[in-house]
Order: sequence, then structure tokens, then C-alpha cells
Amino acid sequence: VLTEHILTLMTFWPAAGAFVVAMLPRNGRIVRWWALFVSVVTFLLTLHLPAHFVYGQAGFQFVEDHAWITSPAIRYHMGVDGLSMWLVVLTGVLSVVGVLVSWKVIETRTKEFYFFFLLQQTAMIGIFVSLDIFLYYAFWELSLIPMAILIAMFGRERGPRTAIKFFLYTFIPSALFLVAILWLYAKTGTFEYPALKHILATNSAMLSANALCWTALAFLVAFAVKVPVFPLHGWLSDAISDAPTAMAMVIAGKLGLYSILRFNLGLFPAQSREFAPWMVVLAVIGILYGASIALVQTDMKRLISYAMLSALSFCTLGIFCFSLSGLDGAVYQTINEGVSGAALLALAGFLYERYGTYDMERYGGLAAKLPMMATLFVITGLSVVGLPLFNNFVGEFLVLSGSFHAHPGWILAATLGVILSAAYMLTMIQRVFYGPESKMVTQQATGDISAREHLLLWPLAVLMLAMGVFSPYWMRAIDQGVANLANPAVQTISFMEKR
Amino acid sequence: MNTTPQILRILPEVILTITGVLIMLTEPLLAKGKSRRPLGWLAVIGVMAALAASLYQYQLPAGTAFFGTVKTDAFSVFFHVLICGISLVCLLITLDATKAQTEGMGEFYALAVFGTVGMLFMTCAVELLLVFIGLEISSISTYILAGFRKHTAKGPESAIKYFLLGSFATSFFLYGIALTFGATGTTKIEAIAALIASSATPKLAIAGLAMIMIGLAFKVSAAPFQVWTPDVYEGSPSPVVALMSTAPKAAAFAVLLRILYRAFPALHGHWVPLIWSLAVLSMFVGNLGALRQRNLKRMLAYSSIAHAGYLLVAFTAFSAEGIAAASFYAVTYAAMNVGIFAVVSHVGGYEDRLTLVDDYRGLAYKSPLLGGAMAFFLFSLIGIPFTGGFFGKFYVFTAAIHSGYVWLAILGLINSGIAAFYYLRAATALYTKPKESAQTAPIPRVTMPLLFALLFTVAATLILGIVPGRVLARAQAAANATLAPAATAAPVEAPAAMVQAVAKR
Repeated sequence: VLTEHILTLMTFWPAAGAFVVAMLPRNGRIVRWWALFVSVVTFLLTLHLPAHFVYGQAGFQFVEDHAWITSPAIRYHMGVDGLSMWLVVLTGVLSVVGVLVSWKVIETRTKEFYFFFLLQQTAMIGIFVSLDIFLYYAFWELSLIPMAILIAMFGRERGPRTAIKFFLYTFIPSALFLVAILWLYAKTGTFEYPALKHILATNSAMLSANALCWTALAFLVAFAVKVPVFPLHGWLSDAISDAPTAMAMVIAGKLGLYSILRFNLGLFPAQSREFAPWMVVLAVIGILYGASIALVQTDMKRLISYAMLSALSFCTLGIFCFSLSGLDGAVYQTINEGVSGAALLALAGFLYERYGTYDMERYGGLAAKLPMMATLFVITGLSVVGLPLFNNFVGEFLVLSGSFHAHPGWILAATLGVILSAAYMLTMIQRVFYGPESKMVTQQATGDISAREHLLLWPLAVLMLAMGVFSPYWMRAIDQGVANLANPAVQTISFMEKR
Repeated sequence: MNTTPQILRILPEVILTITGVLIMLTEPLLAKGKSRRPLGWLAVIGVMAALAASLYQYQLPAGTAFFGTVKTDAFSVFFHVLICGISLVCLLITLDATKAQTEGMGEFYALAVFGTVGMLFMTCAVELLLVFIGLEISSISTYILAGFRKHTAKGPESAIKYFLLGSFATSFFLYGIALTFGATGTTKIEAIAALIASSATPKLAIAGLAMIMIGLAFKVSAAPFQVWTPDVYEGSPSPVVALMSTAPKAAAFAVLLRILYRAFPALHGHWVPLIWSLAVLSMFVGNLGALRQRNLKRMLAYSSIAHAGYLLVAFTAFSAEGIAAASFYAVTYAAMNVGIFAVVSHVGGYEDRLTLVDDYRGLAYKSPLLGGAMAFFLFSLIGIPFTGGFFGKFYVFTAAIHSGYVWLAILGLINSGIAAFYYLRAATALYTKPKESAQTAPIPRVTMPLLFALLFTVAATLILGIVPGRVLARAQAAANATLAPAATAAPVEAPAAMVQAVAKR
């Protein structure tokens, strides 16, 4: 029974938890512990998926399919495949991390915070598991609200402005995306992903190539904003620097990348290939642009945001080369970015809790005072840089090797991004932790990492290492999920077989 | 052949008229300066009875009464239920907001009830003169209600502005009726269609239709006939704005639907371009205008212009789907707009203590219930999924796309992107810390009527957003009833012309 309804359960459990939060008394401790409980249960529920996933079985699993609205034909259709499974689990992990990281920071307005935080979990899981495009769109839009409100509430500098900017950046393209969905529905009579895929693959609806191209573009732009792909990244830096840490962890990357893979590559393979040269160029520009801007940042959160832009552009690059290993790498890198980015933001947040600033100029020589923090920061930094044995190495390697044959020149340029990433990451570590002790560090006495912070960071650190060493464990499902998205003509040998 | 007693066909109207008269008669019996709330409750009971009567009308077989001037079918009953529902919630809001008011409140409730009678007649009349009478009853009541705060400068100003422009518009409407009568020799909506279809060059009828459309476009505040809206909304008491931004508009849209689809289907080549011009203009004027507003009620006024535009998009579809979408949209807009005015009239009070969007900063902390409800309605107005506003837009734009108006849908959704900006500015304000300098007026305690009003509107918005099936089915039945072949009055050619016209597309 659990397996039959697991997706509904894990999607709506956080929302149910959120409504309990609304009922709880205005007492930070009760709310906090309840939110932790809800998110731990969410995480455990998501673990049900890998435990019961049937490898080698094509198509979607844990499917739920009920009639919702008869006219227009909207169904409550959910399912998970290799592509989405680990992303769902990642959401579960990050929801626990999110509560732990907010534990001390969010002291006022805890009820509002956890209410919207939990609502956001529902929206994100819903996005990954929806197979009816209408349902998907509903979750997609829903995910904007908690994020916008929390940015407005807890924004560091210009909360409300950033919130509106973030919202509009995503909302306006997704309005056009809605037109595209409605147009597809008008022509095909269905919102369901598998049915649409079949109709589009056989072109039984007799749609013109031109119209399909515009439709695919509307999809792509809506998703690319959310990744973000250069030049649609205008919201990212502000949003990350203003959002509470727990929300900044999930604001970029996985939702957009997953959607590109699922919908653009899944529904419009031919159109995606038409766009590919452009997307590759944009991705490479994004890698280099993000990395170079990151180099000159003095604000840690802004540095991380541009580092993210650079890292996420690697994923885009992997996607639009259509080789199996490139796609594997892109999905893997999406998960890595979720884990390492979260750890990095959490660490920066912990420093902020202690010293009240993200300005690197004011830090210096922290390593002597906070040795454990320094260790964890270095581990995370090395993971982001893509040191072998760490998770990002696997992802970047797969992306670069998988796409090299297609665009050697651009890939060489992208490789430069890896080097730049080492430069900005190590500079940040050097500035904050080494060198002479700054005035601020000397004056303010603080403790090293607390038990809660240990609890949060070590699992992430272990995960980074484990994902670097035992990558085939995760790759099994991913491989299966992306196999049919790769270019059938090239037929790259599967990653699994290479090992 | 018509066995249903005629009185049953206008039962809600009869009930409300009696209620209104009772209120007028009881008012002098109450001592001067004494609370008029019992009269308010009397009005609530009357409207509830009318609502029940409207629901009962679903049982009646479709048919006409009173010499074919009044028709009950799924379409008119749909709007009856909607208007009675709006009127009920607005009376509850009034009871909440005017606790301290005594002067003139008896007339207030009576006028609200009589206005509702007029709107109900507008939706069930199938004869243009009766439509006109209904329109006048509802308009005159709202003119007076709009100026109810006589002691403020803006109150009488808004009433007079509304009255002058409004009577101008109704005269256009009347002139349109006259021209149509000149062209066809009848004022019965269903008979007009056949006569127009058979005439070669119905120039006079086209002129008549244009006049009628101008009159109704004013009533629904569609651009370029929207100028009065912001001033009137700003000057009128909030409970009145809640009523007049939804109920008379719903009635006017119903009339427009009936006239366009039932009387002038043959001329759709002429009116469809007019309608989409009105729609595009209204969307842009409304949304761009709202962007510049700092005053919350003015912002909502411009937003209501924009929403009239979205609704008109559905008209262009010229199909049953379009009528259903328009009817459904009227319901969702009513639910969320009345809801937001419930909050505004409670927090701002009868005297509009708070006017600017910035005055609402931090409302969600002071009162999570009111702030949360207001944010919820704002998100519904944006059109976020799982709220009624989303499905409203969804059906409207689906209908437009189905009829080949992809560009109109694109324009509409771009507009909803623009609109998101100002709604969101208000929504984030609710969750932002209030300015240090701002004087913090305590929020009045939430009263029972307000709680019911909020419960009703929030529930309606949620239900329309999550399980819209039943309401949509009713809307579809209404659409089919509008397009159904006429039972008695009109010759058979009328629907045939409609079918032909649809087939040509």
C-alpha cells in the first residue's frame, strides 16, 4: 500500500506539516522541532524510492494515475524514473539540512518561516514526480510563492525588491510556457507526459515544424531562467544573497535542469538538437563568465552565487551534447551541485551567524580559531573545485569527456572554467581562513563548530566523498533514466558498461 | 404547455423585493441613533432565502414566463446563484465594517437588496426593455451606495461621477435598444437573431449593437470606458466596492453574453473584433495603470479593469467553451475580489483608515489570519495554481487558443506577468516589517460576520482552484443553455444561424 501511494504521501506530507505549523503556538522551539520532524519523515519517505526501485524496468515506477478534472482532461498522474528518483531524494536530504541550517538563524517569525519552508518542499517534490504537465505546471508556479515571500521577509539588503525580481524573472517566461502547454493541449487533447511524448514522436497530431519549434522554445526559456542559463541569470545573485540560507540552497539548478531534460529533451528531441549549438555556446559563456565574476567578489554569498552559475552551466553543457555520458554527467552534476552548494552555503551561513558579515575582506586567519570549520570548508571547497575522489570530479569529467567529440573547441574553453573554479574557491578559503588574523576575528570570540553543525555538515561531507568514489551506485538509475534521451544515432556505450 | 407557475420563475426577485420593502418599513420603527444591525441581519436572511430559491430554480424545466420576457434556464440560474452569493458575502462584510455606523444604514441595506433585484432581472430577462429596467434598478442603487460617506470629500464626488457617466452609458444602451427595435421590430432577444439573419444589410442593427456594447462596456469597466473606475472605488466605502466590483459586473457580462450570442450571432464578424480590441485595451490599461498606483483601492480598481479584459478574451472564442469560460471566470473573480475587499474593509474600516499599499506592511504579523487571507487572494488574482484565479485564466485562454486566438492568449498571459508585479508588491508588503515611523492603528477584532465572509470566499477560491469540476459543469450547462434552440419565442432559424456561423470558422 505504501508503494502505491508513496508519491502522494511524500508530496503532500510537508504541506500537511505546514498547516500544522500554522496551528502551533507562537513558540520557536515547538515549531522548530516539529519542522525537523516533518522534514526527517519526508527524507525517510523519499528513501522509499531507491529501496524499492526496480532497476532495468523501463518507464515510470510508483505510478499513481487518477482522474482529476474531466474537461479539460487533467489527470492526477505521478511517477518516478531513473532521472527523477535521486533528485527527489536530494530534495528530502536538503529539507533536513534546511531545517538544521535555519535552527539558530530564524529566531523571529519562525512560524511563517517553517510554514513556507515546508510548503516549498511540497512544491519541489511535486515538480519532480508530476507526469501530467498541468499538474507539473501547478507545482512549478506554486514553488515561486514560498520562495518569494521568504526572500521578502528575511532579505538581507533589499528583500521585497529581490523577491519581486525573482518572481517576475520566473513568472513571465512561465506565462508563455503556459500558452505553449495550452496550445499543445488544444492540438493533442492531452496533458499527460507519456501520451504527449508518443503523439509528438509519431507526429500523429500533424503539427508543423515551425509551431513545434516555438513551443519548444517557450518550454526552454521558462526552464533556462530557473537553471539559470546565461544571459537569464540576472536574478540569481540577488536572490541567493537575500534568501535565507535554507532557501538559497534550493533556488537554482535542479528544478530547471530536470525540466529541460524531462520536457525539452523528452518531448522535443529534434527541436532540442536545433537549439543545441546555441545552448552549448551559452553554457560555455556561462561557465567562464560566472567563474570570472566569482573571482572578483568580496561577498561570500555573491561569490557562491556566481560559482553556482558556472557550475550549473556545466550541467547545461552536458545536456545539450546528447551523448549518454554527457547526460549522465549533467544529472550527476545537478545532484552534486545540490550537495556541495548546500554545504558551501551552510558554511558561509555559519560564519555569518558568528561574525554577522559575508564580507571576505573582514575575515582572515580563522583557521587557528576554528580548526574544524576550516577543515570542513576545505573539504567542501575541494569538492566544488572537482578534485578527483570527490563528487564533482565525476560529474565534470563525464560532461567534458562526453561532449568533447561534439564541440572540441568549446569544450576546451569550458575546461578553463575548472581551473578558474580552483582559483576563486582557493582564494576564498585563503582569504577567510589563512593569512594574518583580522581585527574582527581577534575581537569577536566564538566557538568552533557546534553539535548541530557537525550533524549537518559531516553527512554532507561524507556524501561528497561517497558520491566521488561509489558513483556507479547512483549512476545505475540515472543511466536508465537518460538512456532514451541520448542521441539514438550515436549510441554511446553506456557508462555502466565502461566501468 | 408551460405548467410551471410563473411566479416561480422570478422567485428570488420576489423574495428580495419583499425583504427590501420590509427593511424600509421597519427602519422608522427603530429609535434614532440606535444600531441598524438587525436590519442587516434581515437583509442577510432575505438574500439567503433568495439564494436558496435560486438553487431551487435548477429544478425547474427551462422556460419563459410573463409573455416571454423572463427566462429561467441553466444560464440565468447560474448567474442568479452567483449574484445572490456575492450579495450575501457583501452584506456580511457591511455588517462587520459598519458596526459603529447608524445613520442611513437602513437605506443602505435596502438599497443593497434592491440593487440585487435589478441584477437578478438583468440575468434572467430575455427582453431588452426588461434588461434595461434591471440595469437601471441596479445602477441607481449602486450610485447612491457609492456616495454613502457624505461627510467626506471623495464620497459625493465619486457618486456624482459614477452617476453622470453611468447615466450617459445607460442612455447609450437605451439608444441601442431603440435602433435594434427599428431594425427588427422586436425587443425580444431570441426573435432578433432570426430577423437579423434574414435581412441582407443589417446596418441599423449593427449600429444598435455597437451602442448596446458601449453601454455594457461601461458597466463592466472595460477600457476605453473605464475612466470612472479608480475614482469611484477610491471614494466609495469598501463593502460597497466589494459589491459593485463584482455583482453588477457579473450581471452586465451575463447580459452581454446573452445579447451577443443569442441576439446577434449572425453579426459575430462585426462584434468579435470589437470585443478583442476591448479585451486587449482593458488588459493593458488596467495592468499598466495599476503598476503606478500607491493607493490599494485604486490599484484594485485598475486590476478590476484588467480582469474585465481577461473575461472578454473568453467572448472572442465564440463557442460554448467561451461562454463557459467567461461564466466560470466571473465566479472566480467574484470569490477572490470580494474576499480581498473583506480584508480591506475590515482593516481599513468604513472610513478607510489605511489607503496606501505601504500602510498594509506587516499586516501578516499583526494578524496572521487577515494577512494570510489577503496574501492568498492576491496570489489568486495573480493566477497561481491551486487557486480559483488560475483555473479562471486557464479556461479563458484555453477557449481562446481553441478558437485560434493564440496571439490573444499570449498577450493575456504577458499581462498576467505584468499584473504579478503589483499584486506581489502588495503581497510582499504584508510580510515586510512596518516602517518605524508608521503609526500603528490597532486592527479591530475579527467579528463573526467577517469570519463567515472570509471562510466563504477562501473556501470558494480554494474549491475553484482544486476541484473546479462541479462549478465548471454548471458553467458548461449554462453555455449550452445559451446556445440551445429556443423553446417557444424564436423561430428555428436563430440557432441555425448560430450553428452556421460557428461552422464557418
